[in-house]
Amino acid sequence: MDSGFDFDVIQRSAGYLFRDGMTFTLTLTALAMLGGIFFGTLLAMMRLSKFRLLSMAAGAYVNLMRSLPLVLVIFWFFFLVPYIGAWLIGAKDPVKVGSFMSCLITFTMFEAAYYCEIMRAGIQSVARGQVWAGYALGLDYWQTMGRIVLPQAFRNMLPVLLTQTVILFQDTSLVYVISATDFLGAAAKVANRDYRLVEMYSFVAVVYFIISFGLSSLVKQLQNRIAIIR
Amino acid sequence: MNYNWDWGVFLAAEPGGTGTYLKYLVVGLGWTLATALAAWGIALAIGSVVGTLRTTPYKWVVRLGNAYVEIFRNVPLIVQMFLWFFVVPELLPKGLGDWVKQMAPPWGSYLPAVMCLGLYTSVRVAEQVKAGIGSLSRGQGMAGTALGLSLGQCYRYVLLPQAFRIVLPPLTSEFMNVIKNSSVALTIGLLELTGRARAMQEFSFKVFEAFAAATVIYLLTNLLVVYGMRALERKVRVPGLISASAPAGGH
Repeated sequence: MDSGFDFDVIQRSAGYLFRDGMTFTLTLTALAMLGGIFFGTLLAMMRLSKFRLLSMAAGAYVNLMRSLPLVLVIFWFFFLVPYIGAWLIGAKDPVKVGSFMSCLITFTMFEAAYYCEIMRAGIQSVARGQVWAGYALGLDYWQTMGRIVLPQAFRNMLPVLLTQTVILFQDTSLVYVISATDFLGAAAKVANRDYRLVEMYSFVAVVYFIISFGLSSLVKQLQNRIAIIR
Repeated sequence: MNYNWDWGVFLAAEPGGTGTYLKYLVVGLGWTLATALAAWGIALAIGSVVGTLRTTPYKWVVRLGNAYVEIFRNVPLIVQMFLWFFVVPELLPKGLGDWVKQMAPPWGSYLPAVMCLGLYTSVRVAEQVKAGIGSLSRGQGMAGTALGLSLGQCYRYVLLPQAFRIVLPPLTSEFMNVIKNSSVALTIGLLELTGRARAMQEFSFKVFEAFAAATVIYLLTNLLVVYGMRALERKVRVPGLISASAPAGGH
């Protein structure tokens, strides 16, 4: 290093990094988590369905997503979503989709496959007798699922779901490949503009470490508390 | 959909002059595998050592091992990639750093990518190895000690031979993760499979053909790995144990 570590560049750009970049990252993480868990639960119910067509379709989707690198899936959706949008509204030309929307759809659909496997394990961890008891009381499939099985499955799987969310939080940094301005993207832009790559990337690593480590520790504590109650 | 499909594009010449686009992508698969295999070697070596050390009775060794795992697990892969590519050469002694920076492509990207993926994956291997040793019955270690084996001998002759055979199935999914994760190396300029599909899309404007080809190649590679590893698993399975495979998390 010629000129020593320049802390000033971090201070100068902190507003941009956190207000623009980190907001993008955290919003994307939160929304993709909610969407991913929603679709993941639906996929899990499909995979466990007694209708073979449903379970095969869900299984194929989940295995496809889990066999592909996330970077490739990001590229796929980045180019595919405008065409799907055009097809949905019947337009002739591909519609313009903002980078945030494109990322949100990508991560929701990709993480749904991983949340699906977690929820499947969760649903299978509920005792069979619970389902029979539900049916014996005259509840239908949706009532049994919604009121008896899923609440227990969620509780059993809460630590695993949250751990997957920490992974999702780290994965969102890959939106760099489509030049979206997430936390890493913002830092990369400042780094290249001011030629402060060492400072910016070290700072980014430290920030990601603090947040991920903090969240993981919280999940571990939660896991211990749940373990005591049961 | 208003899109002109043209599957013949794979037989067209790519602008770099190395042959057809098909060959261009297959060479990309070669780089993906070369990166993944080299990183896998590093990951297995370091991961086994760190995982084993974390089960020893020495408190400080365990703490150091835990710190190593936490550091590499809590920083996103792409950020680690940038650290290896942009930051590490600056921190090395000047001569060595310049040598790394001036390496001819693709080696200038390949070396940091392999180091990054290797260490990133090593903590996952370490977790599996630690879990494998932990899953052995406590009596195994005690019996070893009762026979007068030293701690090192006990690991060498009693615990590790069993643990490695137990952790092989979960390690399969880690190996597939390395193959998938090697695609992140495109961000530091390594033209592996995903990077070449992206480049092909930029040269030929055939977006979906390029990505469809990459998708098919990844799926075939996965199938090959799964079948190969299954054969290996059958060979090394510990007789008398129900082979339980841990659920594959992360990616």
